[in-house]
Amino acid sequence: MSATVSGPAEASTPIAAPSAEAELEFRSVGHAFGAVEVLDGLDLSLARGETVAIVGPSGCGKTTLLELAAGLSEPLAGRVSVEGCESVDGRLKRCAYMPQRDLLLPWLTAIDNAALSPRLQGLSRERAREAAAPLFERLGLGGFERFRPAELSGGMRQRVAFARTLLTGKPLLLLDEPLAALDAITRADLQEWLIEALEAEPRTVLLVTHDVEEALYVADRVLVLSQRPARVVLEEASPAGRRQGRAETITDSRFVATRERALLALAGERGPR
Amino acid sequence: MKRTADILAPLLLLLILLVGWQLAARWEVLADLFKIEPFLIPAPTEILNSLWQDRELLADNAWVTFREVVGGFFVALVLGTFCAAVLHVSPLLRRAFYPLVVASQTVPIIVIAPIFVIWFGFGTGPILAIIALICFFPITVNTLDGLATVDPEQRKLMRTLGAGRLQTFTRLEAPTALPYLLSGAKIAVAVAVIGAVFGEWSGASSGLGHLILTANSQLLVPLVFAATFVLSMMAIALFALLALFQRRFAWWGEPGGGQSRSST
Repeated sequence: MSATVSGPAEASTPIAAPSAEAELEFRSVGHAFGAVEVLDGLDLSLARGETVAIVGPSGCGKTTLLELAAGLSEPLAGRVSVEGCESVDGRLKRCAYMPQRDLLLPWLTAIDNAALSPRLQGLSRERAREAAAPLFERLGLGGFERFRPAELSGGMRQRVAFARTLLTGKPLLLLDEPLAALDAITRADLQEWLIEALEAEPRTVLLVTHDVEEALYVADRVLVLSQRPARVVLEEASPAGRRQGRAETITDSRFVATRERALLALAGERGPR
Repeated sequence: MKRTADILAPLLLLLILLVGWQLAARWEVLADLFKIEPFLIPAPTEILNSLWQDRELLADNAWVTFREVVGGFFVALVLGTFCAAVLHVSPLLRRAFYPLVVASQTVPIIVIAPIFVIWFGFGTGPILAIIALICFFPITVNTLDGLATVDPEQRKLMRTLGAGRLQTFTRLEAPTALPYLLSGAKIAVAVAVIGAVFGEWSGASSGLGHLILTANSQLLVPLVFAATFVLSMMAIALFALLALFQRRFAWWGEPGGGQSRSST
């Protein structure tokens, strides 16, 4: 991507040899908040360019998992590495995090919001906008550059937030329920859009969602997590043929069977009500 | 249609009150009621007359008070913003100093004013200090509150976007707090004129407060009212100016701000 901004920090940090092309690796990671165990011996590995979705019962530690990957917190046990780098700063430099809420700054225009990361790295406003402009076109945001967040629909705001995530220029995208706050139609719309965007801008993606169908539809691989303390209880490769169109894909018998298995695994983890 | 009513209603009420006052003063109703000399209760027309007749006197003294108010206000703006930023960054300092900030507002200005005159001497010094003291509290407390409203999630996001502590402050926390700061400044500028009057009463040879005091002692009641009117207008004008500034440069703090231009 031409808009990628590689800061001097990138070059000065020595990158340890990545183990077998793993972009993100969790090795028997445990974490807890006080007495509450959130993760327990969690293993996870993402290959470069892969899109992996994580589904799990609510409150099972999905956001904790993303924050550990992003370098926002340190695991109490085990190891987390991004491109072979284990330090907090190293992870922070390599991960782009997209929260569930768009968290756009209301005083900035759409393009200035998207170009926040280049701006923070010292680019002038004009240069940062230039860096963001081609991506805006590719993500279907052309013409909305000067709009303020309050003037955009929820779906458009999520797109701008995604552009902001991409413009960090970081190799690993951590998406925390990016479509959860949207209505069903916009959501389906943005799932298609996300697939196309990731084809145009290939990255390694860890997507957290509570929607099994979304996980199977968007990702290459789906992991189902257990109740707290979370570990992986099921792993399924997605059978979605992405060029078929939505209706064909989600009614395909293999897709339906996989979805049933994932839902069963998830239901088993919900426990008694 | 509704807008016209919004403007007309207060104007109409004002007109009714003024006409009522005029008639009461003319027919000496109030003077009879309070058993005082009629010339002590000026009619609006007499005040208007004084406004015109004494326009140079009023303008000269208003200019003095205006400079005091603006000067004291800016001192408070700089100190208050700086103080809020420091107390925001350091929780320890906030715990230590916050009670003192609150205490600064509980001391009656009317008591402080003469002490300041003793300390700083006769002149603009103590008046500026009094105005700054009275303005300091709303500015500091509001700015501090504004800085505290920043979403922790937003702070986290700034970190992942590569922002350092200073960048998080300048790009996220300061703009979030700006509308709050301006709300505090609006309150401050409205009370600043009160500070100016107390200051001038304690020791000054010019200014609207001083003029009110001397006109009062000479029983020039219309001039007292005229000076008070000018003082009040000054506060309203400064308040309006800040409100305009807020709407123009910090609109995101207002409910529904920035939605004037719809995308659909």
